[in-house]
Amino acid sequence: MKLWHKFSLSMVLGGLATALVPQYAAAQSVIKIDGSSTVFPIAEAVAEEFQIAKKGKVRVTVGIAGTGGGFKRFCRGETDISNASRPILKEEMETCRAAGIKYMELPVAFDALTVVINPSNTWVKSLTVADLKKMWEPTAQGRVSKWKQVRSEWPDQPLMLFGPGADSGTFDYFTEAVNGKAKASRGDFTASEDDNTLVQGVENNKNALGYFGYAYYTAHKDKLRAVAIDNGKGKQVTPSIEAVIDGTYTPLSRPLFIYVRDTAAQRPEVVEFIKFVLNEGAELTKEVGYVPLPPQAYQTALKHFTDKKMGTVFGGTPEVGVTIESLLAREGKL
Amino acid sequence: MSAVSSAAMLEAEKLRGGLSRRKLLDKAFVVIGLSIMLGCLAILAVLFIDLVRDGAPRFGWDFLTNFASRRATSAGILAAWVGTSLIMLVTAVCAVPIGVMAAIYLEEYAPKNWFTAIVEINVTNLAGVPSIVYGLLALGLLVHQFDLGQSILAAGLTLALLILPIVIVATRESIRSVPNAIREAAYGLGATRWEVTKDHVLPYSTGGILTGMILGLSRAIGETAPIITIGALSFIAFLPDSPIKSEFPFVSFQWLHDPFTAMPIQMFNWVSRPDQAFQANAAAAGAILLCMTLAMNGVAIFIRYRFRKKINW
Repeated sequence: MKLWHKFSLSMVLGGLATALVPQYAAAQSVIKIDGSSTVFPIAEAVAEEFQIAKKGKVRVTVGIAGTGGGFKRFCRGETDISNASRPILKEEMETCRAAGIKYMELPVAFDALTVVINPSNTWVKSLTVADLKKMWEPTAQGRVSKWKQVRSEWPDQPLMLFGPGADSGTFDYFTEAVNGKAKASRGDFTASEDDNTLVQGVENNKNALGYFGYAYYTAHKDKLRAVAIDNGKGKQVTPSIEAVIDGTYTPLSRPLFIYVRDTAAQRPEVVEFIKFVLNEGAELTKEVGYVPLPPQAYQTALKHFTDKKMGTVFGGTPEVGVTIESLLAREGKL
Repeated sequence: MSAVSSAAMLEAEKLRGGLSRRKLLDKAFVVIGLSIMLGCLAILAVLFIDLVRDGAPRFGWDFLTNFASRRATSAGILAAWVGTSLIMLVTAVCAVPIGVMAAIYLEEYAPKNWFTAIVEINVTNLAGVPSIVYGLLALGLLVHQFDLGQSILAAGLTLALLILPIVIVATRESIRSVPNAIREAAYGLGATRWEVTKDHVLPYSTGGILTGMILGLSRAIGETAPIITIGALSFIAFLPDSPIKSEFPFVSFQWLHDPFTAMPIQMFNWVSRPDQAFQANAAAAGAILLCMTLAMNGVAIFIRYRFRKKINW
């Protein structure tokens, strides 16, 4: 019986102690980051290196609540930095404004949405945005099911489509760029939030076509073929780091952002962290499979940060195919 | 006379025939049952071997003592296993006493009326609520309303809520299996209701209670959805505050309020990475998570064994 007593007593005491602890403020300074899972590998790499450089004096945490989920927390003042694979939207700007939260928008890298096919697909040499629209637009649902229906010279083979699910920023951007409206897409394709599933789908299916972030393509280069996309000026461009940086891979390359809360940016460790991101970010970005910005873009972004240029340059509406230079030249809006 | 005896013999013959058939059925059932059980164990074994094989290059001390990293080969699960262990501690400390007390009340004290009937139905239904619903509840109630934030305490309480119905149902079953004669004998000797419960019912049903606790905690340890909902982190390169301090009062509960990550989240994150080298990390983490579950169950089985030895009536 004694054991039972000890057991129950410790349980009860433990429970009581749990309930009675006061909440202390964290003793050490923590930089809290949350948001897009697309930006996560970059944020993780930077956070890792920054903590090593600071010898553990500053702590950084990174979450993957998603771009939208990240902004929700950001506009409540719970996080210092929000990762985003798309610019902040009107409603989110509204929420932040209502909570009195001001922020700076800093581009940190590019992501090239890559359209991939099976290597044994012999007929597709390149695609135009119009071709993609024929495959993916909402009215194609249940109607366009053969390659032949996209271009008449292509074979009478079933068209198997693979793409990310509707919660993904990649899906938002692709539909905006191809169908002209974010989230407007046919629904009868194989959707998965895990891009590795999409990779497998295209890899195992001769008639498949899919799209996802460039990093997933580079990790599976030997099993997939990236399709060259007509950039609207009569040039077919295969996604590559060079093509994204010089701006010829359009409209499927998009900038990735971090948003910094202005009150957080007054803390010296956050300032140091942002400087670290913009100075060392290019190398780390390449290492995790993303495309870095051109060097002068980091310089301009750094200048904007030190000048405390507030707000977003998008005004709350998504855009496609804008170059990084023109973005950085614009005025910010809160 | 001879007619009677031959009829009896015929009868016996029939019975014997039926007997051998029934014995055959009995044996067949044993074989079926055994093969189903072995089949289940084989699935677990195949899963485990597959995880160990895929994760083989990552196993080692470093994997347990390193934080997550962008480089698959140097990435480890330190923050994840510490986080998971602490969350499980909070979950067990909260869910088990409350669950056991609720079950004792329902079985031994509560009058049987429409109110307890409703409570009973709801408890059973709660066991089937999808875990994400608990996550959303916890996000609104614990994280925002009670202002616990994205902390180990919030995660532990969320999972405690999740397994509470399992603990209650298992405990009730086990209390119900205590023979009524024992209660009546104790009452007959003048014991109060609490004395009967404490000295006879609880010790006798501890085995079943611990089984319920094992089931509950094994479910909780693998849950991802609710703790992602309340905001578990994916990258965290420091540990929660130490619970033991060198100065007075020597213990600290600051760790309850620290941010955390957990094993299933770390695995989920690695599985969805573009770099294929992380798949090995995910497999290795999966194997270790399985080991953690087995270790946790081992402790419970040990305690159960100790209790069973003490029962002598």
